[in-house]
Amino acid sequence: MEVVQMQRRFVEYAASLFREGFLDGQFTQLQQLQDESNPDFVVEVVSLFFEDSEKLLNDLSRALDQQNVDFKRVDSHVHQLKGSSSSIGAQRVKNACIAFRNYCEEQNTDACLSCLQQVKQEYSLVKSKLETLFRVSARSLLLKDKTNLESGFQTSFSKSDC
Amino acid sequence: MGIAAETQFHVLAVDDSLIDRKLIEKLLKTSSFQVTAVDSGSKALEFLGLQEEEQRNHHPQEMEVNLIITDYSMPGMTGYDLLRKIKESSSLKDIPVVIMSSENIPSRINRCLEEGAEDFFLKPVQLSDVNKLRPHLLGSRTLLEI
Repeated sequence: MEVVQMQRRFVEYAASLFREGFLDGQFTQLQQLQDESNPDFVVEVVSLFFEDSEKLLNDLSRALDQQNVDFKRVDSHVHQLKGSSSSIGAQRVKNACIAFRNYCEEQNTDACLSCLQQVKQEYSLVKSKLETLFRVSARSLLLKDKTNLESGFQTSFSKSDC
Repeated sequence: MGIAAETQFHVLAVDDSLIDRKLIEKLLKTSSFQVTAVDSGSKALEFLGLQEEEQRNHHPQEMEVNLIITDYSMPGMTGYDLLRKIKESSSLKDIPVVIMSSENIPSRINRCLEEGAEDFFLKPVQLSDVNKLRPHLLGSRTLLEI
């Protein structure tokens, strides 16, 4: 009973992230690519995204803090962030980056600073939501394995269980 | 197990983004391709040059690259630059090249196709895109051999 509740919680939470636009179809692609040969694929890719994004956001803060802002450099960082967020399905971060690039083109420092705040906010939101999602997922898996062990079965989490 | 090595197609993937490299590698492996992923055009050429030498000296069938898939926007050598270098090389020009890009710019797409790219994929690349690759492969085996 507990296992089913936990799994339902996971499914509902994941669904809400899609509904609210935090994640898009690309995240589903990642989930579909995960299999027995690479059971931690989604977590691995998302962790890379976290590392990469944090570095880019720091670089962006520094670049916009300069006396003479190098907008080409700023744009290059935003382009990278847009790419990686798009690749993992972090839709709102991606959209914030698209808006950001327009202001880079206009060479508008104030607008860029405002966009950076926006991007940081969206990143922070999706990060905490994904971390929650992974926690709920891990708990449901542990519980499932525990329950299965107790009832004499041993199964591993696979695509077919979703 | 030597037989298995001969019938698997080898794709060289080029992308400066670590995340995208990990993704394309997984997509290709899921579709049963053998993959080598590098992070720049110059590393790709190095790998291809190295592989060329190997063919001359030792094993003609080992490490053969059947297809190159490269990102367009890379620092230094772009995917387009890499495409041109490959098409200008007498030994490499027959290897099919596919370009990936996050930006849907028709003039960019046309320029690549005109330069000899087999196809152009918009990022993020999907499994359905990767499934389209087999017909483009160099040295495709006949149905009997597969």
